Amino acid sequence: MTLRELALLAAIGFALLLFLIAFLGDRGGRPRWLASPLVYTLSISVYCTSWTFYGAVGSATRNGLEYLTIYLGPTLVFVGFWTLLRKIMRITRRDNITSIADFVSSRYGKSDSVAAIVTILTLLAAAPYIALQIKAIATSFQVLGAASEDPTGSAAATPDFVIAFWITVGLALFTILFGTRRVDVRERHFGVVAAIAVEALVKLIALVAVGLLAVYGVADGPGEVFARMTASTAHSGDEFGMRWVGLIVLSGAAIVCLPRQFQVSFVENENETHLFTAAWLFPLYLFVLSLCVLPIAIMGQTILPEGSNPDMFVLTMPIAAGRTDIALLAFLGGFSSGTSMVIVSCIALSTMISNHILMPLALRSHQWREGSGDVQRFLLITRRIAICFILALGFLYLRTGATGAGLASIGLIAFAGAAQVLPALLGALYWEGANRRGAILGLFSGGMIWAYTLFLPNLLQGVAWWDTLAADGPFGLTLLRPGALFGLETNDDALMHALFWSLLVNAFALIAGSLSRLPTPIERLQAALFVRVFSDRGGSGARRGRAASADQLFDLAQRIMGADRAYGIFRNYAVSKNETTEFPLVDDAFIAHLERRMAASVGAASARAMILSATGSETISLDELVRIADETARLMEYTAEVTRKSDEIERAAAQLTAANERLKTLDRQKDEFLSHVSHELRTPMTSIRSFTEILAGTPDLDAGDRQRFIGIINAESIRLTALLDEILDMAVVESGDAERLLKPIDPEHALDQALDACLGLSHTAGVRIVAARTKQSVHVMGNLTRLTQVFINIISNGIKYDTNADPVIRVESRIDGADYIVVIADNGPGVPEAETRTIFDKFSRGRAGITAPGAGLGLAISHAIIDRFGGTLRLLPGTTGAQFEIRLKSVAIPADSGTSTVAG
Amino acid sequence: MPKRVLIAEDERNIAESLRFLLTRAGHEVSLAHDGAEALAMVRRARPDTLVLDLMLPKLSGFDVLKELRAEAETRTLPILMLTAKGQANDKQAAEDLGVDAFVTKPFANDDVIATVARLLNGAERG
Repeated sequence: MTLRELALLAAIGFALLLFLIAFLGDRGGRPRWLASPLVYTLSISVYCTSWTFYGAVGSATRNGLEYLTIYLGPTLVFVGFWTLLRKIMRITRRDNITSIADFVSSRYGKSDSVAAIVTILTLLAAAPYIALQIKAIATSFQVLGAASEDPTGSAAATPDFVIAFWITVGLALFTILFGTRRVDVRERHFGVVAAIAVEALVKLIALVAVGLLAVYGVADGPGEVFARMTASTAHSGDEFGMRWVGLIVLSGAAIVCLPRQFQVSFVENENETHLFTAAWLFPLYLFVLSLCVLPIAIMGQTILPEGSNPDMFVLTMPIAAGRTDIALLAFLGGFSSGTSMVIVSCIALSTMISNHILMPLALRSHQWREGSGDVQRFLLITRRIAICFILALGFLYLRTGATGAGLASIGLIAFAGAAQVLPALLGALYWEGANRRGAILGLFSGGMIWAYTLFLPNLLQGVAWWDTLAADGPFGLTLLRPGALFGLETNDDALMHALFWSLLVNAFALIAGSLSRLPTPIERLQAALFVRVFSDRGGSGARRGRAASADQLFDLAQRIMGADRAYGIFRNYAVSKNETTEFPLVDDAFIAHLERRMAASVGAASARAMILSATGSETISLDELVRIADETARLMEYTAEVTRKSDEIERAAAQLTAANERLKTLDRQKDEFLSHVSHELRTPMTSIRSFTEILAGTPDLDAGDRQRFIGIINAESIRLTALLDEILDMAVVESGDAERLLKPIDPEHALDQALDACLGLSHTAGVRIVAARTKQSVHVMGNLTRLTQVFINIISNGIKYDTNADPVIRVESRIDGADYIVVIADNGPGVPEAETRTIFDKFSRGRAGITAPGAGLGLAISHAIIDRFGGTLRLLPGTTGAQFEIRLKSVAIPADSGTSTVAG
Repeated sequence: MPKRVLIAEDERNIAESLRFLLTRAGHEVSLAHDGAEALAMVRRARPDTLVLDLMLPKLSGFDVLKELRAEAETRTLPILMLTAKGQANDKQAAEDLGVDAFVTKPFANDDVIATVARLLNGAERG
């Protein structure tokens, strides 16, 4: 078996292994081992591509220690700018950020244009980079296959496009399989992460193996390696000069801004604390890799023939040393480096393309809006197409032959492209004043300069018209030559030249653009949410992220309707749909439902505007929306306040009206009372006066008449006196004086006295009184004299009105629970229906032809007295004869009032 | 020929005194104890004058007055109304309906006798 066949077999076997690992990693959610910070750190090492794997040695051979800058930048960022990473991490997790483009555009008012620019820029930068990986894998395969004939590895200067094609197809297959299995809100791909973690390990092991071989297999230990170190290798001219600083900045920017780095570092990461581990472990990983580079470069130069391709030393040196096994391992390491970079890049870029270019376009197209549209399906398909597109782009780039330059330089072009995002990113994180206009201007101008001074020169090198333009400047304007913009000569260091101008103009445009106009409300809101991510303790604003979630809608709804009602609406809806989650799934039906409910609070138009805005329309910014909601809430509070006050006033007015009515009634009652009293007094007065005049003016009056008239005068005088007594009684009872006399009394004693008092009257009238009395001892709160008066009044009424041939008055007393009850019943005609309601009114004496003494105040007084005692006096309904019931609450007898009962 | 006087008064003692006085004045006196009885007796017996208490059971003096003034035969019947102080409104309304004279309770006996005599004379002239 030839080495070529062996390499092919190893590559296929390794690829199958990766498929298996990815499959296991993807199966049934996220396996526990995948959540470890070690896996996270290894996945970050997707930074180390085949360029780092193969190219670092080439770079070290050509430019000495300069290759270290590529490791130093990320190391500095992870160690020194740890808070920056944590800040990005926090925001990414909070807002479900899906890519670097998403991150930057979210910050700048959720701008589609910003996202599109970042996407296009990073896509352009990625094309040569991906081409580079394909080329490296193809070339490494060729080198390994031809090692026996050509140990220098230079035969493979032109990659075999057939191999490159199949590699590209394989990569597309893997990426589509594991990168677009489903659409996750967080865009995480567990299987892919598992695979690249394994690849990271293979990379490390392979390079360390080759490094060890160089030191201990080829050389005689570190001593020999140092001895063979040439002056040019150790000192490349400007260590820590401008170029070094530039490269460190560039690689530092790349570790954050490259789409694939953003993907693995922030999007795929679930746990912020993993950064703690990565902060030291990732630099350590880089350190070990960089440590291996130099011995390989030195010993490769030593044992390989002159003119050997230094970019392939990692492969050719072990072969030259007779260790094909290590060469094979190194091949797999290189394979790992290339494939992992391509896979992650494709996933990140395809997400960006589908989310930020294709999706907005689709949303703008008419039919999408009207149709329901399966977004999930749309996203998966567009991502798959995007992956194929990106890889095709890379492959085409490879075909143009523009990858002729050393591996390292092409990688740096990509770095410089990605670095254009840096100003906008830093502005996003640290300057609240940065706004969309600045971001667009910066990204656009920086990207254009980068393309003009670095990307196009590399792509179009050797193309006649471009070469003319490059030499003379466009339209003969030498100041605009892509290699020396505005006359800046950098000793043909195109990278530094491009970096200087692009980042300078980029940063300046960002600042100037941002200052040129005030930020819109949504920009201000997002700026605060990004820049002050750590000071924001998850308040209502913090959750407000992107597409409307149930939380967001709830947030909005509760501002309008109050938390309780909003919660009720959400919960009820979720329950009605049999959903197991706390809040319902946000779909069209729910949004319509919510809108209707909100319309009840703020009106249909406002509700519509708010819902539209919350669900993604840009017609009203979220900030304005919040303001509207707050204003509505304030307005409603104010309205409630006004309503409350007016209610109070109304209540007061009602009380006044009631009081006035009562006064009027009392006044009328007083008038009626006076009128009654005067009439009642006038009647006996009239008789007395008339008969007195008759007696005085009629000397011839016969004795019988005289006697009769004197009798009338006497009777009317007595009536007058009784009337006055009653009126005085009434006044006393009504003024409440009786209340002060309340004490525990024995009501049976009062009844005894009343029966005694009525004895004479009943005897005269021929009325029998039958008494059935309780034998229990009982006490009630009252006044003995008054209660006796009441009993007498009712019994004597019975005697007066009982017209039965055999008149009988029944007096019964009993205890019913806590009540003491006396019923006084006669067997007379009863109270006429018409009078039952007025019987206790003053002067309501029955006028049915019966002239009885008294002014008709008796029952009114009795009623008032019992009322004062806290009891009731009523006419029992539906009885033959009149039955009056007196009901009083019985009380316990205080020990010291025993004597006063008898006395009172 | 003695004049016939009808007394409508529910208070027995007052009615008694009035009957005594007017009888002694030479009139032929009859008594009604309530408004309805008074009305019936006026229609039946056609007295020459009516002494009408304002506050009567069943039909008030005021209502009796209204009825009588509505009928052609009794429109000009001389009526003396017995009122009490504090019934100014009723008195005014009664006057509007054509009461010929008022006497306020408690009355002086001479007032009643003189007023009745005046009403009877007036009726004779008219």
